[in-house]
Amino acid sequence: MMAHMKKSPWVIHYDGSSCNGCDIEVLASLAPHYDIERFGIIHTGNPKHADILLITGSINEQNIEVVKNIYSQMPKPRAVVAIGICALSGGVFRECYNVQGGVDKVLPVDVHVPGCAARPESIIDGIVKATAILEEKKKKMSEEKAKKEVE
Amino acid sequence: MAKRIVIPFGPQHPVLPEPIHLDLVLEDEKVVDALLSIGYVHRGLEKLVEKREFPEYVYVIERTCGICSYIHGLSYCQAIEEIMKIEIPERALFLRTMGSEYSRMHSHLLSMGCLADGMGFENLFMNLFKVRERIVDRMEASFGGRIIQGTCKVGGVRKDIDEESLGSIVTEMESIEKELKEITDVLIKDDSVKHRLRGVGMLSKEDAYELGAVGPTARGSGVKIDLRMRGYAAYDRIKFEPVLGTGGDCHSRTAVRVRELFQSADIIKQCAKKIPDGPIEVKYTGNPKGEYFSRVEQPRGEAIHYAKGNGSRFLQRFRIRTPTFANVPPLIHMLKGCDLADVPLIIISIDPCISCVER
Repeated sequence: MMAHMKKSPWVIHYDGSSCNGCDIEVLASLAPHYDIERFGIIHTGNPKHADILLITGSINEQNIEVVKNIYSQMPKPRAVVAIGICALSGGVFRECYNVQGGVDKVLPVDVHVPGCAARPESIIDGIVKATAILEEKKKKMSEEKAKKEVE
Repeated sequence: MAKRIVIPFGPQHPVLPEPIHLDLVLEDEKVVDALLSIGYVHRGLEKLVEKREFPEYVYVIERTCGICSYIHGLSYCQAIEEIMKIEIPERALFLRTMGSEYSRMHSHLLSMGCLADGMGFENLFMNLFKVRERIVDRMEASFGGRIIQGTCKVGGVRKDIDEESLGSIVTEMESIEKELKEITDVLIKDDSVKHRLRGVGMLSKEDAYELGAVGPTARGSGVKIDLRMRGYAAYDRIKFEPVLGTGGDCHSRTAVRVRELFQSADIIKQCAKKIPDGPIEVKYTGNPKGEYFSRVEQPRGEAIHYAKGNGSRFLQRFRIRTPTFANVPPLIHMLKGCDLADVPLIIISIDPCISCVER
């Protein structure tokens, strides 16, 4: 499963407008019981160090710029993992007046992790899937670069 | 006079699991003023009460906040039951009390873990989370979920705990207490922790009272308020005393949380021994007509739920005042005069829950 991993991807977490449930499950997956660090994945607070963006919760008027801002600061290749049903569609809050919908309204989401709250096992699964996507994107980028050099 | 500069703090910040934005006005390294702006997590779930039937709304209210979700659910059900004059069976009240205390334990461990992480004490963070995992596992087995339980409902609870599990809860709690003792001793007695927390974020007893602090923030300054003393659910049949601190600094607030962990463990053990046999829910008919203020003690302090029904399936108005909302003015007071490097610790020391504040 992990054969494709050549490097240690770093993750950054941002809480859109989630209820905290998924956020603490992200924290729990960093802690010893689930221990995501065994895959070489480290949590960072700086978007410029991060490869994978974990977003919990939906998009609203206030945080839309923040989310775009964080994503734009991340170096390429980058992947986005939307965690929890709120990040996918708005979930139980989809009819609230301040909820615009899932994260895919503003960012290209690579992996969707369902659940309310998403379980640490599925969060880990989602991040591992994102690492494969990251490798693919990297391959594509180097191919494009080689093409340009030939031209 | 030193030159003033403004530093933005948040909404995305390494120590904050949740978005909150502060404009810190600095003179050299000292914070002279802090301006708070919120609204990043606002969903408007109070308005949703017009679109969801009142028994169904429990699911929404539990998702106000993923950390104290059980107690939010309990408080809402309590309000509806008071309006509709529903008598809840004894066993359900004891189960609700146990659920609340489990959720308090996992919340306090989470908050202390974040504090350790904020100090850069990774080892302590990992150890606290290791114990928290045992509590969360028990919550999943006995109350229906790791984070969001969905067990409380209008008229009682959904899930019963059998005799055998009640016995194992007591023995398990004893071993958790033993493990906790070792780890929390570090948090209270370790020199580097003391050095980092003592005298930081001072809040005097008078200020705490006047600014309306609640929960461990108020108790850490010596203000004796604990809503559990009012005896809702089964708290009137349990023996306990509010935990008080004297220092009024970050260390005192942390010490209050540590002692409350053991208090909660004790309450759970008392409940497991005293719980009576009987049904866990009652059937009810009709719709709520009238209004009620339900007050409960959450891990962060007093929460108030206001419900107003007009006799239909949908409530007319619903409002929550959450503990962190009350703790924001004391937080701003604490930040004035502190060092820039202490800002994250002071914020974490009130155990902020932003999704509660903004709903």
